[in-house]
Amino acid sequence: MISPVAQATDPWRSHPARIVRIAEEIGGVRSYDLVLDNTAVRAAYRFVPGQFNMLYLPGIGEAAISISSSMATPDLLTHTVRSVGNVTAALARAKVGDPVLIRGPFGNPWPVDRLADRDVVIVAGGLGLASQRSLIDALARHATACRSTAVIHGAKRPADLLFQSEYAAWKAAGIDMHPIVDVGEGGWSGPVGLVTKLLDTLPLDPQSTTLLCCGPDRMMTAVAEKAFARGVPADEVYLSLERNMSCAVAHCGLCQFGPLFVCRDGPVFSFDRIAQFLAVPQC
Amino acid sequence: MVVSPSPISERNIGDWLRLPPAGLQLLIETLAENHRVVGPQVADGAVVYRDLRGIAELPVGWLDEQDGGRYRLHQDPTAGFFDHVVGPHSLKNFLFPARETVASFVRTDGEWVQQTHAPEDRPLAVIGVRACDMAALRIQDKVFLGSGHVDPGYQARRQRLFTVAVNCRRAAATCFCHSMACGPAVEPGFDLALTERDGWFACQIGSPAGHALIQRLATADAGIVSCTVEEVDAAKQVSIDLEASMHARQPEAGAPRPRSLDTHGIRDLLYAQMEHPRWEEVATRCLSCTNCTLVCPTCFCSSVTEVADLSGDHVERERHWASCFTLDHARMHGGSVRSSTASRYRQWVTHKLAGWIDQFDSSGCTGCGRCITWCPVGIDLTEEVAALRHSDPP
Repeated sequence: MISPVAQATDPWRSHPARIVRIAEEIGGVRSYDLVLDNTAVRAAYRFVPGQFNMLYLPGIGEAAISISSSMATPDLLTHTVRSVGNVTAALARAKVGDPVLIRGPFGNPWPVDRLADRDVVIVAGGLGLASQRSLIDALARHATACRSTAVIHGAKRPADLLFQSEYAAWKAAGIDMHPIVDVGEGGWSGPVGLVTKLLDTLPLDPQSTTLLCCGPDRMMTAVAEKAFARGVPADEVYLSLERNMSCAVAHCGLCQFGPLFVCRDGPVFSFDRIAQFLAVPQC
Repeated sequence: MVVSPSPISERNIGDWLRLPPAGLQLLIETLAENHRVVGPQVADGAVVYRDLRGIAELPVGWLDEQDGGRYRLHQDPTAGFFDHVVGPHSLKNFLFPARETVASFVRTDGEWVQQTHAPEDRPLAVIGVRACDMAALRIQDKVFLGSGHVDPGYQARRQRLFTVAVNCRRAAATCFCHSMACGPAVEPGFDLALTERDGWFACQIGSPAGHALIQRLATADAGIVSCTVEEVDAAKQVSIDLEASMHARQPEAGAPRPRSLDTHGIRDLLYAQMEHPRWEEVATRCLSCTNCTLVCPTCFCSSVTEVADLSGDHVERERHWASCFTLDHARMHGGSVRSSTASRYRQWVTHKLAGWIDQFDSSGCTGCGRCITWCPVGIDLTEEVAALRHSDPP
């Protein structure tokens, strides 16, 4: 017997949503603004920066995508994705008005409650900035309190720097923006190199600094080491990990990293919690 | 001392009864009125769980020999109904089936509507569950019911599960439940527990559901009477003696090595040995075949596949067992996090014996020994852990 789903607690319950806007970001990367169909579900939905949704396209698959929109507009959920797999490739073919199903939000967010009186240093490699955009927005709006905010964003080329149209507004809100590229082409006059290069010279008080990093594992490990060299303690460095995920509720086991379920215990971890396992190749 | 048997209707949870084989037959038939009853049967050269109609289908007179990469059945006229130990199946095969639809969707006029399936109408009853598998059940309960989210399918099957547990009278060489504190005596949590005696079963009532079933049997002429105090003591002694013998087992020439596992400080031991060369050495033998994870009664990894009909308008999300031994398990765009067999074997063992303790406050191993028996090359985790223990960190 089949009847419409009634159990709100079923972790496999997906909520219908609709694409209301598609924004071209950098090459191969688009942002999809989604609005949940059901008004009660929409009203109940709240997320914290750093959390993710499972975006589901029936018959194609499901993917864990961080939420990159503002907490101030929880009705509108933005997901910024690069077309690399089944789901993201299908999204690339989608148009405004198409349905997408959502499970979420899931995961341990950025430590927004612990940033008051801190000098926040956000380090993002490539698309990693998507997971930090809602946090930067909250800091820019002073919805999340902190003492100062610096953003170091590394990309391959100047054209690969994400969310460039927002830098002016973030700067105007007092955020110290530091884009850096590997290849300084097209009249680029900014710094060239890896994000760690900027961390060498960024003025910071190690005792009041909290560093939040998202990017490839190897880049995050290098950033953390640089932060420690500058005197930032390990429990003030947070990394957002990416792993294979299916269920998002610590049942399927695919995202395990040491004893941790990245979907539930992460994706954001303080460095001291994962240092032991980050040091092990292929862990 | 002779005590006149009191009427069954006065029996309580914890009480012991004398159950003749005819009583077990009636028990199975009575359970079958509203349960799907499964029990151990010989099929394809192994004792597996299958739908059970009566005691004639039980593996009476069969014994199993188990060793690394080896499982053989032979007949022995002295063997009873349950003197085989664990085969490749466990409760996992039923409560967390290898394939299950976790969600389904129908598209009408371009809109996807999620459907739900009512739980199977017949609850499950399993005859012959051993202590290690009852322990595995408690472990999987923590995974699917106790980790913050409830798996609805597991919960529906689990809540209605009826278990007729069996206290083992013998252990295979691959059994090491005594090392994992998971046996050989069945811990509370069963509905009924049987200890096989000479031509009858000592049956302990373990739950209200077990009690209710015994009440029903009592109204039939099934020859069920209370155990005497001596009979209860003798039945309890079976597990005590077996456990003592498992602790005392010594290797003998020409016989499979009796397994045990030193669990002292095992979590820290394994975390300290993550880069030990032994992992690379195991990888030269390990085929990454996933057999160990499939037969493990606690392994819970899974993945979901989209199954659509030709119209594309009906989609089922089919969850199937996954294994950390496959490249797909930790695959992301850009490749698998654990590309080497060494890293995947290490993932399995460190998760099972160390990470599990952090995650669920218990080991993920019950000492059932299936991973040893069903490994095609006979890799033995008790041997691997001993090798890691008896060498210095790199």
